[in-house]
Formats: sequence, C-alpha cells, structure tokens
Amino acid sequence: MTTQSVLTGIIVEETTEFTLGELSRACGKPAEWILALVEEGVIEPVGTDQTRWHFRGHCLRRVRIVQRLQSDLGLNLAGAALALELLEEVEALRSRIAVLER
Amino acid sequence: MEYKDYYKIIGLKRDASQDEIRRAYRKLARKYHPDVSKEKDAEARFKEVGEAYEVLKDPEKRAAYDHLGADFKAGQDFHPPPNWDSGFEFRGGGFTDADKAGFSDFFEELFGQQGHAGHAAYGPQFNARGQDHHAKVVVDLEDAFHGATRSISLQSPELDKHGQMRLTNRTLNVKIPKGIKEGQQIRLVGQGTPGMGQGVKGDLYLEIHFKPHPFYRAEGRDLHMQLPVAPWEAALGATVKAPTPDGKVDLKIPAGSNSGNKLRLKGRGIPGNPAGDIYVTLSVVAPPANSEQDKALYKEMASKLAFNPRADMGV
Repeated sequence: MTTQSVLTGIIVEETTEFTLGELSRACGKPAEWILALVEEGVIEPVGTDQTRWHFRGHCLRRVRIVQRLQSDLGLNLAGAALALELLEEVEALRSRIAVLER
Repeated sequence: MEYKDYYKIIGLKRDASQDEIRRAYRKLARKYHPDVSKEKDAEARFKEVGEAYEVLKDPEKRAAYDHLGADFKAGQDFHPPPNWDSGFEFRGGGFTDADKAGFSDFFEELFGQQGHAGHAAYGPQFNARGQDHHAKVVVDLEDAFHGATRSISLQSPELDKHGQMRLTNRTLNVKIPKGIKEGQQIRLVGQGTPGMGQGVKGDLYLEIHFKPHPFYRAEGRDLHMQLPVAPWEAALGATVKAPTPDGKVDLKIPAGSNSGNKLRLKGRGIPGNPAGDIYVTLSVVAPPANSEQDKALYKEMASKLAFNPRADMGV
C-alpha cells in the first residue's frame, strides 16, 4: 500500500504536551503504570493537580525505553529507572569520547 | 526458506538444560537489547535470540524442533518434512508474550499456525481507539538544516481477514521538519492502527536519528567538527575556509592557536530558536617532508626554533 501524499507531523519534544491519558495511550500501558513512573522519578509532570497533569514531549522517549527494558529484560521499575539513567550517562560519555577521538 | 539453528544462535549445545538455555538467553538479551547495545546489528540479533528462546524455552516446541534432526546447517534451504509435528501437542497461543510479528519465515512455517490461533478474539462489537505505533527513522543531518520530504518504508503487523497477524509494508512520504534534533520524535496523527468500530485511528511516532556524517557530529542543535590546519595557520593566525551544512564559511584562526583549541561558529548549527552553534576543534597537521626542499625547511626550523614538544614531560 502506498500513500502518495506528504504527511506532516509535529515534533513531539517541542510542541507536544501529553495528558496522563495521552501518554498512557502513546505507549499502550495503563495510567497506573505512568503514575508509578512519576512516583519513581523517571518523568516529572507539569502542574499540581493530578487530574490536570501534563507531561512534556521528551518524557515519551524515557517512558518507551523503560517500557522496553521492562518487557524485554524483565527488569522491575526501579531497575529499569536505574538502567535508563546509566544509559543516558553512557550516551553522554560516548558522545564526548566521539568528539575527543576525532 | 532457510533453516535456523536456534542452538547456535543462543550459543549452546543441543543437550543444554532448560536452565542453561534460560541463562544464556537472559545474557544475550541484555547484550543485544537495542536500547542498551551499540552494536550495529543489535536489533536483528535481539530478535533472532528472542525467536530462538521462544522455541527452546518451551519443552514442547523444543522437542518438536529437535525432532527435525541435527543434520541441518544454519542457512541451508529448508522445507519441513510432512507431518513433522505429528505427535506433538502445542498448548494455547504458544507465543506467550513475545513479539510474534518479528519472527522469521522459518519460525512461521514451523509454529505459525498453532501460534496464531486464538489471537483474533477481539470483536468489532465495541469501539476503541487504534493503537499507537512507533518506528525509528534514519535521515541525513542536512535534512535537519533544510527540511526535507523523505519516503519511509515501514513494516507493521496487521490482522488479515482470517484474523492472522501478517507483516504489511507501507511507504509514507513524511516531511522532516527543519530544526529537528537527534532522538526527537515526530507524531503523525491517525497513522497508527485503525480503530475498532467507531474508534479513531492511533498515531504513528517516528524517532529521528541522523546517519553518521563524515565531518559533523550533532549534540542537540550544536554540531562538533574537527578542522585540520597547517602549523603556520595556527601559529600566525589566518582566515581559512570551513565547511558547514549550509555551505562554506570563512573562519578566523587566531594567532598562537594549537591542536585542541575550540572555536565557535555562533548560530551555524541546526536551525531553531535559538539556532545551534558549530564547535570547531582545530587539529594541526604536519606537512609531509617528501622533497629535498621540504626537508630543508624542516631542518631550518629544527636548527632555529628552540622547541621541545615534550617539555611538559620533563624530558
């Protein structure tokens, strides 16, 4: 199946804010799971009242990585959160090494 | 169709115990997990290992697979013998929680039928929004500078009319927005799974990555690059040409520069508000001494310059 028309999307990290429901739908997990991620400090909501929470676009990537680590490797939430932080650190170090090695 | 040697994939002998298989799988899964591993073929390896484990962890499937015999070589053309699975009973869905859509034809041929049964239980009698999909897309760094329309091929699992999962290919022409950064996602509304009943379609998220570039490395909107300069350009100062994704620019090298010194081209990075910068790291390159004249120049420097590059080392 080929679509001929050109699709225009929006950059999630810059223009999108997710509600709790939208974020949970974007990764196909229940809202309780997202709440657990907030509890664990993996993502931070904007706003005070839980019913009006918003999540900035960049949260989606973190949520997806935690989701994959949990389902593929059987990590628990704390383990996946730790792995995510270490992965981000490794990524930052790798990119600094790449600059230094050139 | 090619025979797959699941034991070889998981790195074990055919008489390995279930415990050994589980341990080997968990090790390999961590090693090749696409979020963790930086190896090029990590994703393919991860899927392959997952497929192997899907068969070997289940004593029923493993027995059936073993029954095919040990004489096949990986990659060898393979057709399952008729009734190869007679006498084996597979329970239920069989796929447990694995991503069934990504498995090989070989797996499909052997276990596909049993595996798919019972997966079309969702009826159209209720309305639900379609699922959101995610995919990774690799584009040129230049696309982030100028914006571009790229044709993107995606494989997605879809239920066919018999209620079986099939991989379908589709091609989308997608606008890559100017100013996008590595790792950012583009959301395409309504390009996910069709909804059920009156439900709306899900969305498609494309995670953007840049192809490795020979000169530049992106970090957010900033680019980093190394610029080779001649020793006299560094020592005396000079205005030299430097490439940027937007074309050549003149770059002023201050006198007394050296390898490792950094210069900043403000606002020449990936466009945006604010635009990124380009960080240029100088790299002084020694000219070759091929001709007699070259050598004479070096000899003159050696005799006239009081220069010890190893002074810091105390030698």
